[in-house]
Amino acid sequence: MRIPCPYCGERDAHEFVYRGDAAPQRPDGAEANEAAFADYVYPRANVAGAMHEHWYHAQGCRTWIVVERDTRSHAIAGATLAREAKR
Amino acid sequence: MRYSIFSLVREALSGHRGWGPAWRDAQPKPAYDVVIVGGGGHGLATAHYLAKVFGITNVAVVEKGWIGGGNAGRNTTIIRSNYLLPGNIPFYELSMQLWEGLEQDLNYNAMVSQRGVLNLCHSDAQRDAYERRGNAMRLHGVDAELLDEEGVRRHAPFLNFDNARFPIKGGLLQRRGGTARHDAVNWGYARAASDRGVDIIQNCEVTGFLRGPDGAVIGVETTRGTIRAGKVALAVAGNSSRVAAMAGLRLPIESHVLQAFVSEGLKPIIPGVITFGAGHFYISQSDKGGLVFGGDIDGYNSYAQRGNLPVVEDVCEGGMALMPMIGRARLLRSWGGIMDMTMDGSPIIDHAPVPGLYLNAGWCYGGFKATPASGWCFAHLIARDAPHPAAAAYRLDRFASGRVIDEKGMGAQANLH
Ligand SMILES: Cc1cc2nc3c(=O)[nH]c(=O)nc-3n(C[C@H](O)[C@H](O)[C@H](O)COP(=O)(O)OP(=O)(O)OC[C@H]3O[C@@H](n4cnc5c(N)ncnc54)[C@H](O)[C@@H]3O)c2cc1C
Ligand SMILES: [Zn+2]
Repeated sequence: MRIPCPYCGERDAHEFVYRGDAAPQRPDGAEANEAAFADYVYPRANVAGAMHEHWYHAQGCRTWIVVERDTRSHAIAGATLAREAKR
Repeated sequence: MRYSIFSLVREALSGHRGWGPAWRDAQPKPAYDVVIVGGGGHGLATAHYLAKVFGITNVAVVEKGWIGGGNAGRNTTIIRSNYLLPGNIPFYELSMQLWEGLEQDLNYNAMVSQRGVLNLCHSDAQRDAYERRGNAMRLHGVDAELLDEEGVRRHAPFLNFDNARFPIKGGLLQRRGGTARHDAVNWGYARAASDRGVDIIQNCEVTGFLRGPDGAVIGVETTRGTIRAGKVALAVAGNSSRVAAMAGLRLPIESHVLQAFVSEGLKPIIPGVITFGAGHFYISQSDKGGLVFGGDIDGYNSYAQRGNLPVVEDVCEGGMALMPMIGRARLLRSWGGIMDMTMDGSPIIDHAPVPGLYLNAGWCYGGFKATPASGWCFAHLIARDAPHPAAAAYRLDRFASGRVIDEKGMGAQANLH
């Protein structure tokens, strides 16, 4: 698998650390109840198909990126910087 | 036909023409008391114990491919009960005891071989951790032995003891651990269940659930038609999230790929199972002589049943660090399977939050050794609607209630367990 880092270009997946599904949103700490936090921390959609996910370019530019990847084929459709990704 | 020395002699003398198929290839009936989804080891074991222990024989196992085509036929066949946490030890020890009587129970040679599982330690801290684990095991009546360096040298003299970075300081040995022949386990359970009347239906994919007016699950939609059921039980391992999603559920599970490797056949060299403590690498030797080894999951979500090269490299580096002689063996095959990784690394055997639906999932990379106890406890849950005491901790609501069973102490990230 080669991941197209927006800064560094296409790099081997070996250089990256995987975090997982980019969809879950951390609830507002002051407002949220336990159930909202449990829902953020544990259940996952675990899709078979296109997924947006967080990778960290640890051995490169050290930025977090959002990669679109198909979990059935490992085909990668693209990547954006996490801070610029649509939420 | 009962397998015995007499049937073997009879067949040998008559040219082996009398062996029938080991199980009936059944066609789906319109309705069953229990439909088990997934014909891996866990689904087949559940069917066997439902029929044998709980007397429920109007049962179907529906499998989308062929039985044992999933992880049940892809694993590295290690069985052990060297767990640390109270929620886990009794369950895996129950499984070990069932392994010990499995072949007599099934009248099938599952090649259960208790050649020992040795976990190596490379530092004082790691030895302390293994000592603690060994003590926890012994307090639960499980066998555990702490070996010093000399003990390990006697057990496996070929290891790289004087590795400058990761010298071998000792190890925790469970002599009752070992391996079993994975395919034979599946076939043995299938044959025993089929003999008691269970229908094993292959090439039959569940595509949806039939719901009653109150929302309860009352059957399954399949590629071979609708099948009604008193109870529907899921044992689909790596596909748990996909199948549960058809009932509107989101599980605390991510699917990840795990790879395994086998070398050309060699003369006997590896005693039992050996795990490297300073990297992720473990190895055993099959009865055919192949070195069977593996390491970490690849680490990203996957349903592809194949992995990538970084982990191949990592596993081989671990092997070279532990036993440099492995570098001369040629690799024969490698493959991957899809693991249902939970957020705490422990499984789920529980009612689903939908009436009529039962859940067996989250086996991570260690569900083969669990096959007998998983089947037994799941059958207990289905038949009695109450958890088996040995599996009572494997609740689905433990994540929300904070009662997670984090054997490795990794936190809520599936790919770290
Ligand atoms: C490479 C590798 C090495 C491993 N090594 C070990 C080991 O050494 N020791 C150990 O204890 N464990 C090990 N494991 C883990 C172990 O194999 C699994 O945890 C265990 O096999 C899972 O249970 P199962 O046998 O029921 O799964 P599976 O055999 O995967 O059964 C699930 C079945 O469900 C079917 N299915 C899925 N969706 C549907 C549907 N919609 N309709 C109908 N059927 C469906 C699948 O086709 C599959 O046959 C390893 C796994 C892998 C991949
Ligand atoms: Zn980069």
